[in-house]
Amino acid sequence: MTGPARVPPAAPAASTAPAASTASTAADVDGDVGLHHLRLYVAGQTPKSLAAIANLKKVCEEHLAGRYDIEVIDLMENPKLAAGDQILAIPTLVRRLPAPLKRIIGDLSNTERVLVGLDIRAKAAAP
Amino acid sequence: MPIKPAPFRPSLPKTPTGVAGFDEITMGGLPTGRPSLVCGATGSGKTLFAATFLVNGAVKYGEPGVFMSFEERAEDLAANVASLGYDLEALVAEGRLGIDHVHIARNEIEETGEYDLEGLFVRLGFAVDQIGAKRVVLDTLESLFSSLSDEAVLRAELRRLFSWIKARGLTAIITGEQGEGRFTRHGLEEYVSDCVVLLDNRVQDQVTTRRLRVVKYRGSAHGTNEYPFLINDHGISVLPVTGASLSYSVSDEVMSSGVGGIDAMLGKGGFFRGSSVLLSGLAGTGKTTFAATFADAACTRGERCLFFVFEESAEQICRNARSVGLDLQRHVESGLLRFEAARPSLYGLEMHLARIHRDLDAFRPAVVVVDPISAFRGPDLEVYAALLRMVDLLKSRRITGLFTSLRGDGGLQDAEDQGLSSLMDSWIKLQTVEANGEMNRTLYIIKSRGMSHSNQVREYVMSGTGIGLIEPYIGPGGVLTGSARITQVAREEAMQLHRRQKAERRQQALERRRAALERQIAEMRASLETEEEEAAGWLREEELRELVLKQDREVLASRRSAAE
Repeated sequence: MTGPARVPPAAPAASTAPAASTASTAADVDGDVGLHHLRLYVAGQTPKSLAAIANLKKVCEEHLAGRYDIEVIDLMENPKLAAGDQILAIPTLVRRLPAPLKRIIGDLSNTERVLVGLDIRAKAAAP
Repeated sequence: MPIKPAPFRPSLPKTPTGVAGFDEITMGGLPTGRPSLVCGATGSGKTLFAATFLVNGAVKYGEPGVFMSFEERAEDLAANVASLGYDLEALVAEGRLGIDHVHIARNEIEETGEYDLEGLFVRLGFAVDQIGAKRVVLDTLESLFSSLSDEAVLRAELRRLFSWIKARGLTAIITGEQGEGRFTRHGLEEYVSDCVVLLDNRVQDQVTTRRLRVVKYRGSAHGTNEYPFLINDHGISVLPVTGASLSYSVSDEVMSSGVGGIDAMLGKGGFFRGSSVLLSGLAGTGKTTFAATFADAACTRGERCLFFVFEESAEQICRNARSVGLDLQRHVESGLLRFEAARPSLYGLEMHLARIHRDLDAFRPAVVVVDPISAFRGPDLEVYAALLRMVDLLKSRRITGLFTSLRGDGGLQDAEDQGLSSLMDSWIKLQTVEANGEMNRTLYIIKSRGMSHSNQVREYVMSGTGIGLIEPYIGPGGVLTGSARITQVAREEAMQLHRRQKAERRQQALERRRAALERQIAEMRASLETEEEEAAGWLREEELRELVLKQDREVLASRRSAAE
């Protein structure tokens, strides 16, 4: 766990632009993918939600060990947060950092697509 | 609430949209607590219709609403409907309206397994709960199909969404883009089965007309026709104009035509209030002048008059009316007279009708002038249908309508006018008569329902003091007009003079003869008197002579006795 300091989980949803700039500097410093600030939106403890949480943790541990931060938001408890991140499908994983903002929907069972969605597969394939 | 109760008690509770006319067609509005589908092609006014539903709900019926937009951002939406006079931002600030812009771009989304649209439900539910919304608009739900690839999930979720809306008792409008051969591109009508409204924006002969049709309304009767509707700065209004029946009340009240001579030709001294009058005539017969006189008379009586002009501007009408001594401008300034000028080709017939409908509602005139109806071009059947509805519209509101028509030919057998004439209660025909190298204007009343009228053809002149009818000259040679009439009158006067002089001369001769005879009588009487005098003188002489003789005899006798 030697990664950079974690972004506080309660980061304001609206200010994506300044967050994006810090993300790019962080990536430059590391020379690789910087901190992944991920937010997973679920609605209640549905099988899909639970599967998504489990799948996300697995992918992150495998590919982003120490460089990620997961925030799970249950819309059943905080419905007003849905509009801010334009959540429609459940579950939705939002990659807030690094920029650009990415949305990945579904229970994250298709690991390949999750990696592509998080730009991890593309980065890995590049060198 | 301004909604008139339907003739029968509707079993289905309905929510008024506040769209003028639509609630009449649907006999109350959209089904309460159910989703309705409003579909149509691009630019057919779906979003505006939906926004009107929400704004009216919030403003008129005290029902807050949520607008969930899948296409436009909240700011854009507010700007767009501001053209209808709606202030969405103020309503949002007052908590009577909620706007949620749902933005999803396919390129930002990676699908990685099973998902559902619970987020949409959460958002909608939250927005609804926040302001206690009763009405919901989803505009345009179908854009989800382009954002999400799993159509099976989408369809299942939409089905769930509609049952959710029903379960929550929300009256909803779902808009959908019209697809090939079906109402919506993705078959939303399969799910929204209670009420489907189709909006259409049709171009015919380069003229656009918006139309609305209630395709389906489960559990309720509804108007089935295509109704034209209008979108302008007063909002949306739909016209159930074909619904007009012939059951309007009629009036025995008579109103002046503004021209004294015409009133005198009509048995009751004018037109019935609420009747329709056709004024037909060729170019230059003064149709507009008659119409202006009619309008002036109405305004002078203190009635409101709406003057639709299709060939001239309002200023032009006012200026031209001044030349016959009518000051229409003062009526315009006092607010009694309003001109609505537009080129006939500006909109389709239905649109004109819709506009007239709206203007009637707004201005509530007692008298309407349409100058001229012949400006409406189009297939005969459509023109006739439009005019029929226009006449019905006026009659149902007991508005007296004066229509002018430029006829193609002078004959009575003009097909269109014949058709029209059956719509009209009174028909005055203006015509020019050529005689002796001049054109003279004459008019006659072809018909006037419910009253006797003169059968005379009357000549009229338009002068600085208005329209004047001239006493008819009907001689052995028929009706004479213009200079022929003047010469005839002069000739008659000369003949009369001649006769008078002749009579005078005869009178004088008689007088002279009488004088002569009197003189003769006097002379004879004088000679008789002379003779009488002579006779009397002679008698006296005789008596004298007798006396003298007697005296002589006495003297002689006495002398004789003396001598003895």
